[in-house]
Amino acid sequence: MRRFLLIAVPYTWLLALFLAPFVIVFKISLSDIALAIPPYTPTLDLGAGWEGIKTFFSGLDFENFVWLTQDDLYWKAYLSSLKIAVISTAFTLMIGYPIAYGLARSPEEWRPTLMMLIILPFWTSFLIRVYSWMGILSQEGFLNQFLLWTGLINEPLIILNTSIAVYIGIVYTYLPFMILPIYATLDRLDESLIEAAEDLGCSRLSAFWLITVPLSKNGIAAGSFLVFIPALGEFVIPSLLGGSRTLMIGKVLWEEFFSNRDWPVAGAVAIVLLLILVIPIVLFQRNQQKQAEAEQ
Amino acid sequence: MQSTIFAPWEDPEAKPLIRFQNVTKRFGTFTAIDDLSLDIYEKEFFALLGPSGCGKTTMMRMLGGFENPTEGRIELAGKDISGVPPNKRAVNMMFQSYALFPHLSVWDNIAFGLRRDGRPKDEVAARVAEMLKLTRLEKFGRRKPHQISGGQRQRVALARSLAKAPKLLLLDEPMGALDKKLRQDTQFELMDIQEKTGTTFVIVTHDQEEAMTVASRVAVMDEGKLIQVATPDRIYESPENVYVADFIGDVNIIEGRATLEGEETYRIDWAEGEAPLRATSSTRLDNGQSCFLAIRPEKVTISPERPEGAVNAVHGKVLDIAYLGNISTYHVELASGTVIKAQAANTRRISRRSFTWEDPVWLSWTVTGGVLLAG
Repeated sequence: MRRFLLIAVPYTWLLALFLAPFVIVFKISLSDIALAIPPYTPTLDLGAGWEGIKTFFSGLDFENFVWLTQDDLYWKAYLSSLKIAVISTAFTLMIGYPIAYGLARSPEEWRPTLMMLIILPFWTSFLIRVYSWMGILSQEGFLNQFLLWTGLINEPLIILNTSIAVYIGIVYTYLPFMILPIYATLDRLDESLIEAAEDLGCSRLSAFWLITVPLSKNGIAAGSFLVFIPALGEFVIPSLLGGSRTLMIGKVLWEEFFSNRDWPVAGAVAIVLLLILVIPIVLFQRNQQKQAEAEQ
Repeated sequence: MQSTIFAPWEDPEAKPLIRFQNVTKRFGTFTAIDDLSLDIYEKEFFALLGPSGCGKTTMMRMLGGFENPTEGRIELAGKDISGVPPNKRAVNMMFQSYALFPHLSVWDNIAFGLRRDGRPKDEVAARVAEMLKLTRLEKFGRRKPHQISGGQRQRVALARSLAKAPKLLLLDEPMGALDKKLRQDTQFELMDIQEKTGTTFVIVTHDQEEAMTVASRVAVMDEGKLIQVATPDRIYESPENVYVADFIGDVNIIEGRATLEGEETYRIDWAEGEAPLRATSSTRLDNGQSCFLAIRPEKVTISPERPEGAVNAVHGKVLDIAYLGNISTYHVELASGTVIKAQAANTRRISRRSFTWEDPVWLSWTVTGGVLLAG
């Protein structure tokens, strides 16, 4: 009985915060659009008794999910989101790995300061940081003014409202999530392993590829998932920096919900996004578990 | 005596494999190695022995290429190797932590260095098989380093560092992580392997017993300097100074003043009310010069009566007995308060032991039993 009570607490938590909202969204995705408050039908009328429950369930169908396959906007948005998430994860890794490596190799007394510099941006609002990128990237922005001043370009570059701006925004925002797990694995790496590799005939570079990279694999995987998962459903960055031409599923979801007021389709979009995300999340969890087992 | 004894250091014609020439190494203001010169010959099993921080590991890391000397030069087979990176030296190292690659199997760990040389696959496989056989690890090739025991890991590290058949193998505290019994077995195994492969071994250790067991020559180091370089028996029997005598094994050190009595025989006046001691020394000491007499406990005889004709005999009572099974060490306090240790084999059962606490006893040793060192 006591054991039951003990596990009941976290399960109640999960039920209230995850399962209940999910069931509600799932129900909305099976409903039909209606000019009402709330803007969908059917609604459950328990006052009508058994008959009411029967009409409620007969009103639910998978129409909206079928609709998602019929209009090519949706699958294009999913694919485009996947592409943007994959490419920006790759860029984040390319930039984050050297930073994590440098951090792990830096003198001990410098590390807290350097770590602070990486975490510091989190202390200001995410929204303000994205807005400030608009100020940097716009045609009259700091970047263009600087490049014009140096004479590298004659005409301002158009970066804002293109997918490049979205990549910059995502890489900038999620870089710490890549750096920290990689740093954690590199920090634990025994320096004598690199010396042993060099002793056995490796150059510095081949020792890096043959020893350092494989041994930081877990950090790379953890960091990549931590960037990829939120980047896939990202809404704020593409809508502020990407302009109207950048297609991402987060933006489509927002438009269905607020512009179209089509809650059932928006619900279906959200459910499919969740299913797409469950795959990398499960992979991520398995990676974490494997890592924990390897350490025992 | 045949001249087949392995002693290239006594042959003035022999060319050393390794030559340290006035090597100094500084880390900032700290001098780790201080103007040190040393020759090590091919096929030697050379031990660098000393307390931690004496510079022995720095010596080894300079041979491995991980550090460069601040001054002086290091030659390997006649060539100056300062500045040559570790991957370009015919030298391999066995690390104290073993530094086995945790993501590779035992087999791949051993093959690692061979593959870097770009050798053909079948040659690599043959060499790895040979190494696994040499270190009796045939059954463990597929395991990962965390799936084998500490002793096996140590052998994998040895096999890996020997796989490329280096001219010189460096061993950094190779048995530091093993328990005593396993360490003793491994020491003999190591000597076997050294003999079989004919590789020159340089071992770093702080364990004097280990150095004495495995090495053909031992270098005792302290504060970046060589104190004495000699064969284990010479280090033990004729230490050149008090530091070496004290560092190696158990020893009684008696401080006194020397007076020449006969040819190479000195009288040592050492304590008020005690008879003077006599010892021989080939190095000359001035009359009245302060000196140390170092006597190993096993060279001191313990008896109930004063032995007939004993040159050196002192009287005291048993203060303490350390029973070590095969031998016992008796701590005997003299009238002057000095404590002298004497060792005797336990030829009788313990219940029939001749001496016990508080017994009055005589300690004696011969004129050559002790080593006379200048103070």
